Amino acid sequence: MSAEKKYGRDVVIETIARLMIPFIQLYGLYVMMGTEGAGGGFQGGTIIAASFVLYVTAFGITKGRSKFPESWNAAFKCLGLYLYAGIGLLCIIFSLGVAEYLNYAAVPLSNIIGHADTRALMIADVVEIGIGMTVMAAFVSLFFDLAWKEESVEEEGGNAEE
Amino acid sequence: MIEWIVQHIFEKYNYWISIVLMLIGFYAMIAKENLLKKLIGLSIFQTAIFLFYVSLSDVGTGWGLRFGTAPIVWEHGIHEGYMYVNPLPHVLMLTGIVVAAATLAVALALVIRLYEEYGTIEEEEIMEKEMEIERGT
Amino acid sequence: MLPIEQFPVLVVAISLLSALTILLAGAINKKSCFFISLATITFQFILSLFILRHVLTVGTIHYWLGGWRPPWGIEYVVDVLNAYVLIIVLFLSLLAAIYSKRSVEHEIGARKLPTFYTLFQILVTGIVGVVVTGDMFNLYVFLEIASLAGYALIAAAGGRALRASYNYLILGALGICFYLLAIAFLYSVTGTLNMADLRVLLPDLYANKAVQTAFVFAFIGLGIKCAFFPLHTWQPDAYTYAPSAISVIISTAMAKASIYALIRVIFSVFTVDFITLFAPIFKIICWMAAIAMIFGSIVAIAQFDLKRMLAYSSIANIGYIMLGVGLSTSTTLGLTPALMHILNHALMKGCLFMAACAFIYKADLWDIRGFVGLGRKMPYTCFAFLLAALSMIGLPPSVGFVTKLYLILAALEAGEYLFVAVIFFSTLLMIVYFWHIVELMYIRVEEGGEKEIRVAEAPMSMFIPGLVLAVLCFIVGIIWLIGTPLPLMDAINSGFGLGVVP
Repeated sequence: MSAEKKYGRDVVIETIARLMIPFIQLYGLYVMMGTEGAGGGFQGGTIIAASFVLYVTAFGITKGRSKFPESWNAAFKCLGLYLYAGIGLLCIIFSLGVAEYLNYAAVPLSNIIGHADTRALMIADVVEIGIGMTVMAAFVSLFFDLAWKEESVEEEGGNAEE
Repeated sequence: MIEWIVQHIFEKYNYWISIVLMLIGFYAMIAKENLLKKLIGLSIFQTAIFLFYVSLSDVGTGWGLRFGTAPIVWEHGIHEGYMYVNPLPHVLMLTGIVVAAATLAVALALVIRLYEEYGTIEEEEIMEKEMEIERGT
Repeated sequence: MLPIEQFPVLVVAISLLSALTILLAGAINKKSCFFISLATITFQFILSLFILRHVLTVGTIHYWLGGWRPPWGIEYVVDVLNAYVLIIVLFLSLLAAIYSKRSVEHEIGARKLPTFYTLFQILVTGIVGVVVTGDMFNLYVFLEIASLAGYALIAAAGGRALRASYNYLILGALGICFYLLAIAFLYSVTGTLNMADLRVLLPDLYANKAVQTAFVFAFIGLGIKCAFFPLHTWQPDAYTYAPSAISVIISTAMAKASIYALIRVIFSVFTVDFITLFAPIFKIICWMAAIAMIFGSIVAIAQFDLKRMLAYSSIANIGYIMLGVGLSTSTTLGLTPALMHILNHALMKGCLFMAACAFIYKADLWDIRGFVGLGRKMPYTCFAFLLAALSMIGLPPSVGFVTKLYLILAALEAGEYLFVAVIFFSTLLMIVYFWHIVELMYIRVEEGGEKEIRVAEAPMSMFIPGLVLAVLCFIVGIIWLIGTPLPLMDAINSGFGLGVVP
């Protein structure tokens, strides 16, 4: 709360942030789909994390923290990597041990999509989204850990000494 | 003489720049006492290695920037007669940048903990305080 | 593709998935983190036994990740050397995980337990990935994963561990960046990153300066990670101040994985021909290893802190392994002494660190001057320490004796009598510092009333892994002397083209 008392609110910055953040996130999502153009999971995730940093810069860290609490952070990290590693394992399971890990063409998508290459690209997109989610959650979590010292440090020190 | 300079320095200017940056980063990592300055040196060193790799990928005709085009496959197939830049070093360096970012994150977290513990981020002062604590107990 | 050929990738993937499961499960119930980690590492160890059996009976496993053929795709190659190191690494990780249950609650606190076990599992993932992969860049990625988890875990103890971890971070990142530069040079002349492909493509390019520079960079970079003599300065602090379970796993599993990476790059990528023709570096390695053996032992004698003494003793033992590597081209034994010592040193050092950390856990005993009469109060832990110390000294059927025997045989066969003298001298030095501790623990009792310590025995989950390792020191020594695993070593030597005197 003391952070809010030092810096007042600025209408210009808030309005511009409010206008830009959705577009930055949409652009990040576009970059995440790296199979049809430049980009990839890591780059897209970083851009979406940058939008969170812009939010915190414009609106203050307590509001930013309430938008993205630690539990959601952990959930996103795990979900993203489950998507990536899990789809890899699914490739092994679906082909009953014949195809290799992350061999996307082996996952039987459905009768709609027949060509193996298109199937592989679609699943690669899902994996990229997974990577992007993890990267975004990791960078936002990093930013909050480096920027905000929680008040529970004293009891943390007490626990460590016991 | 001029051919020797042109061949060994001007043709390979990307390697020279990369090595000079690496040496600057290496010097900062070794010689600076402030912990954050060491990290900046590490960051410069790693960035120089990325530059080295990416400059390996530059192909095409021409001097200087070799005018290869971005390696994106057009919907009708590959353009005839175009030179595509080698995409593999770019991809490798994406992984490398992730690793460098993670290293920097761990290192910054360590520096913050060190600051909370000792109140300073100069290496000499931290060593003195450690000696004092050890002598005290 | 047989299902058993999927096991190398499963060993890595299951570990990664379980690291995240620990993070999520820790939010629900903190006690479950240890059990998930233990179950995962047990499962990985069982898989690695199957992998070894498959490799010995059928042949090398070549696994194309994602179905992409090498050299365009990443390949996992598991041959006899990989399977051997994989079993060592996973066995030690399993024992370290069992050991960690009580010590972590005491040292780090219950609040950070999920984070600790997540990072521990990521460390194991990285180490296993280093051992399994057959691609140069993939080796870099997994080594960095393991190292980053290591930096964070070492710093978890707080206090002096923070600066130790910071120094380790700077030096370790420098080392791995050198290795990355070596990959850059090799890629720029050959255009491939696959280890087997490089082995085929490099012989035409041996005279190329870029390849020679790449060798030097890779050697120095991986040497920093192994803590080979002049590049060892991060090691004593990191091993001393790390939390107990992390000391155990880093001194055994991670060090062995780094040495495996060095051996793989030297012998599989830059084959023995390159080194004998262009980089006569084995002589230098032998000399540096000899200096390491003597330096490590001399400085260990001067230490009062037990963990620090064990860390310097590790430097001496890595000198033994590198002496084995250096002598490998001059004898018919090839790499056998070095590979033996990888297993033997892991067993001995794991047991010693477990005992040392048990002393710290129970009575906060860092300093050996306080060990008077400890043999009666903590009988099992001290017995494990005694067995492991006797093994390090080289008592006959133990693993330490087997290593020294084979190293002396190799040195005699190569005609290097000076190294025989160095091995004897370093053994004498080891006797000095280990016997001093054993004497304090068992023989010198009731010296002074005020130095009497009132402690009980360490908890079972802490001394049982130590006892298992101590007993294994002698059983495995007898197995080496009978000669059962020697065909394995011969298979590895013939794979590298060693074992034939030029």
